[in-house]
Amino acid sequence: MAWAAREHHRFQAAGKPFVYLVPSAAIFELDESADAVLRTVAMGPRTRDELTSALGDIDAALAELTRVQAIGEVSAPPAPTPKIIPLAPFPLTTMVLNVTNQCNLSCTYCYEYGEDKIVDTENGKQPKFMSDETARASVEFMLKESGTNQVAHITFFGGETLLNFPVLARTIAYARQRGEELGKTIDFSLTTNATLLKPEIIEFLADNRVGVTISIDGPREVQDKFRVFHNGTGSYDVVAPKIKELLKRHTSRPIGARVTLTSGKMDIKRIYQHLTEEMGFWEVGFAPVTTSPTRGHAISDTGYDEMLGQFRDLAYDFLEASVANRHHGFSNVKETLEELHKGVSKAFPCGAGLGLLGVATDGDVALCHRFAGSDAHKLGTVADGIDRGAQRAFLESHHIANKTDCSTCWARPLCSGGCYHEAHTRYGETIRPNLHYCDWIRGWTDVCLQIYGELAVRNPAFLAQFDDEPAKEPVS
Amino acid sequence: MNHLKAVNRKAARVERATDQDVVALQRTGLPQMPHFPIGCSLVFSPGWEADRAGGTAGLCQPVERDLFDCHIGCYWPAQVPDQLNHAPDWTSKCAAAQKDWRKIDLIFP
Repeated sequence: MAWAAREHHRFQAAGKPFVYLVPSAAIFELDESADAVLRTVAMGPRTRDELTSALGDIDAALAELTRVQAIGEVSAPPAPTPKIIPLAPFPLTTMVLNVTNQCNLSCTYCYEYGEDKIVDTENGKQPKFMSDETARASVEFMLKESGTNQVAHITFFGGETLLNFPVLARTIAYARQRGEELGKTIDFSLTTNATLLKPEIIEFLADNRVGVTISIDGPREVQDKFRVFHNGTGSYDVVAPKIKELLKRHTSRPIGARVTLTSGKMDIKRIYQHLTEEMGFWEVGFAPVTTSPTRGHAISDTGYDEMLGQFRDLAYDFLEASVANRHHGFSNVKETLEELHKGVSKAFPCGAGLGLLGVATDGDVALCHRFAGSDAHKLGTVADGIDRGAQRAFLESHHIANKTDCSTCWARPLCSGGCYHEAHTRYGETIRPNLHYCDWIRGWTDVCLQIYGELAVRNPAFLAQFDDEPAKEPVS
Repeated sequence: MNHLKAVNRKAARVERATDQDVVALQRTGLPQMPHFPIGCSLVFSPGWEADRAGGTAGLCQPVERDLFDCHIGCYWPAQVPDQLNHAPDWTSKCAAAQKDWRKIDLIFP
C-alpha cells in the first residue's frame, strides 16, 4: 500500500515549514518528521517501508498527515468535493444601490463609462438618477431579504454617488427609521471620487457614521493620468483639499482609499505613502484595472509580475508593523489574512448573487453593482423580489465544481475563479475563470500565507482580531 | 497531535472533527481508517475486482457477501432488511456467507 500527497501548498515562514491544505483551507505547522514525509510523498507515491527506510520511524507523522488528509492512500483517491448550492432564501447581507449612473469624471479606464462598459448609461432605458420611490422600495427589499440577520449593510454607489446626494440623504433617514421599527441595525457606506465633497456633506456623513471609500489613484502625476474631468483636466488639485477636510472632520469611521492600478510604471509604495502619511487615509486598497487586454491601460503579464513584487514589499512592511503592534493600512493583505485565518474555502469567488446584490437606478436587481442595469445579469426587481429561478441557475452554473481549470489549483479555496465582472470584460462570459491572473493570484496567496505564518509565530495575538469579525465584502 | 500544529481556525476544526471520528470495524495498526465494505454500491466497488488497496482476497465471493456488508459492517438499511427494528435475526442462520448464503431468507415488511 502506497501513500501519496493530497492537494496542498507547502510554505516556509519564520524558519518553519507549514502546509496549506486544499480544499479544506486548514493551515498546519509541521515538525521535521511530518515535513520530511510530506516532501517525500509529494515527489511520488511511497510505501510505508520505503518511507521508514529513508526517514526512520514515521508511523506517528504518517498517521497525523493522513488524519488531516494532507496525504492519503494511492488506491483510495479523495472523493470529489460535493457541489452544494446554498438553500434559498439566502439572507442578503449587503445591497449596493447605484443611486446614479452619471459621473462628473471621465476616467479613461472606467468599467461603467469606458470602452468596456456593459450598460448604455447615456441612451439606455435606465433613468440617470434613482428616485426616492425606488430607493425606498430598495430599502424595503433589503429589509425583507436580510431575513433573520440583525445587521444589514447598504452601500451607495454610482456613477458618482454624490451627484444624487439628496436622495442618498433621504434614503438613509428612511432606512434608519424602518430599521428601528423592525429592530434591525443598518450600516451605511458609500464610494465617491471626492470631487463633490463640501462641508455640509462631510458633516452629514460624519454625523450619520457613513463609511466612506474614496477612489483615488495616488499623487498628482498618477491621479491625473486617468482620473480626469470631461475636458481632460486632472482631478488631483480638486480632490486633495476636500479629502483632507473630510479626514479631519469625519473621524467616526476609518476612511479608506481605493486605488486602480494600470499599465505603465507602478510605484505602489510611493502611492501608499502618499495616501497614508501625506494625505491621512487609514487604509489603502489596490485593485488592478478591469479591462479587456487590448486597451492601453491593461496590465500585461510582466506588469502583474512587477505588481506582485511591489505588493510583497509592502506586505512585509505590514508584517513588521503588525509584529510591533503598529497599525499598517495595506488593506489587501489584511483582507486575505482574515480569510486565511478563518480558513475560508469558497464555492463562489464572492458574494455576488448570494449575500450581495446590486440595484440599478430603475430598481432592477443585478448580480452586483458592476452589472446593475444589465438585462443579461438581472436577478429580479426591488418591487417583485429576487427571481429565485434565475438566482438558482446562476449559482448552479458558476459553482467552483464547474470550473475545470481551477480543479487542480491550490489557490482555489480563496480565488474560486475570480471576479465575474473581470471575466465578463476579459472573456465575454461571467462563467469563465480569470486565467490571465492565475500566476498573480498564486503568488499573492503565497506571500499572504508567509505573512500569516510569520504572524502566527511572532505575534499570534494580532491574528486573534479576526476571530469574531463577521465577514464583510469590500465593494469596488 | 504531536507532529502537526493547527495554526488557523479551520485547522483547529479539522483537528476537532477528526478527533472523535466514527471508525467502523477499526482495523489494527496505523493509520486508523474506517472499514470499507468489500463490495459496496455506495463506493462503486462491486466487490469482484481488486479491492481499494489492491487486494484480491475478496474475489469471486457470492453476491450475498455484498448484502452482509450493508447489513452489519456498514449498516445501510436502504439495501437490506432493517436489522435494528424488525429483522434482527435475518442472518442468524448464516454463519459464513460463502457456505450458508442460501439460508438468508426473504423478508416481507
